[in-house]
Amino acid sequence: MGRMRVRLTFPPERIQEPIIYLLGKDFDIVTNIRRADVKADYGWVALELEGKEENLERGIAWLKEKGVKVDPIERDVIV
Amino acid sequence: MEKLRGLKCRECGRGYPSAPSHVCEFCFGPLEVDYDYGALKGRVTRDSIAAGPPSIWRYKDLLPIDGDVAVGHHVGFTPLIRAENLAHELGVKELYIKNDSVCHPTWSFKDRVVSVAVTKAREFGFDTVACASTGNLANSVAAHAAEGRLRSYIFIPADLEPGKVVGTLVYQPTLVAVEGTYDEVNRLCSEVADKYRWAFVNINIRPYYAEGSKTYGYEILEQLGWRTPAHIVVPCAGGSLITKIWKAIKECEVLGLVDRAATKMHAAQAAGCGPIVTMIKTDSDVLRPVRPSTIAKSLAIGNPADGYYAYRAVKESGGSGEHTTDAEIIEGMLLLARTEGIFTETAGGVTVAATKKLLDAGVIPRHESVVICITGNGLKTPDVLYERLETHVTIRPALSAFDRALAELKSKTS
Repeated sequence: MGRMRVRLTFPPERIQEPIIYLLGKDFDIVTNIRRADVKADYGWVALELEGKEENLERGIAWLKEKGVKVDPIERDVIV
Repeated sequence: MEKLRGLKCRECGRGYPSAPSHVCEFCFGPLEVDYDYGALKGRVTRDSIAAGPPSIWRYKDLLPIDGDVAVGHHVGFTPLIRAENLAHELGVKELYIKNDSVCHPTWSFKDRVVSVAVTKAREFGFDTVACASTGNLANSVAAHAAEGRLRSYIFIPADLEPGKVVGTLVYQPTLVAVEGTYDEVNRLCSEVADKYRWAFVNINIRPYYAEGSKTYGYEILEQLGWRTPAHIVVPCAGGSLITKIWKAIKECEVLGLVDRAATKMHAAQAAGCGPIVTMIKTDSDVLRPVRPSTIAKSLAIGNPADGYYAYRAVKESGGSGEHTTDAEIIEGMLLLARTEGIFTETAGGVTVAATKKLLDAGVIPRHESVVICITGNGLKTPDVLYERLETHVTIRPALSAFDRALAELKSKTS
């Protein structure tokens, strides 16, 4: 089992979709929201993910396909 | 005297003991060092600071270090220059350059944060330090690790030009070039920091590392005779420097070192990567990540960790922000070099150009005091200027040839 702390940034066109619900349901990932700020046209969520390593990788790839920006909780660490 | 209470979450305020950790386990907010200012008041005075060494360590009581200084004994206390020539050019009455392009030992303000981070890493008992960087941070971590006899791992994107890594490789760290997109490399570094028990200076040591930036602010105030300038213009990448300079000014007010924290903080970013300035200009507390496209590589952070806090520091101080184009950045570099004899990197060009724009727009009144933060040296990345400078006149080895060339040059400039 793997555990990750990520920050998801949602584009306007995905705000109304149940992305986090689908991430849990379709990839068997336990999601745990720790902090979030979701506005009408934009939003971010600080999230803990727990699941099998391969499911986490597949889930993150799916999020990216959906246009959701997936960053580590620290955001940009290359400076 | 116990000056440190430990760490505190910047979002929910939950306290933690002093440890190499950086994220609140409850809300995932960033952790910050928590000081007992009551214990520091009266003990940290202008005289006690003046009695310290000519380095950042004269402010050691205000840094999160309990024991002896391990590395970077000569970091900081860089010149604050009264920039008369540049002031004349920009039409401003009182202008200063805080010049960290000559910060010892690796010529950028990163030496401040890294010397604090590596000293703290030694206190925690680490034998290995690490970072992910394409430039100044890598130089500084490798240099200070060498000085402290620590192992170091430096992660870089595999497509980084070889010339950029010489200033890191010379200290003989383990350099790991990672293939992949920026996001993939970035995520890997975060995972490495999570898995290995190393002091990743800007990840698990970040709360301590970031405190080193406060010394940039303390020095400005002390070098002005413990006076706060009306304006400070700061280049922004991750957003930590401007946040910590503002924190330093407020601490000096709390400790009675200055009368009042009366400085407006102004953020400078490139137009091709300016998410913090965009927040300021649109008065929005939501940071929208961007994909960087600018020659100011040392400021090219598209999703800055401290963006929100930088925005808040600017707003709290009554300051502003300005974007600069690549052409304006080059103009800013050349202007500083031509007027003050200082060769700064592109980040310095951003700051000079942003200051000019803020003065021209009347946001910074011309009769008020201004400090421009120059944070890195141009000699590390001269390539940005190669094609933009008229280099030389070529002549035969004859006096008559020189006479003719001189006459031509004079006719061009007259």
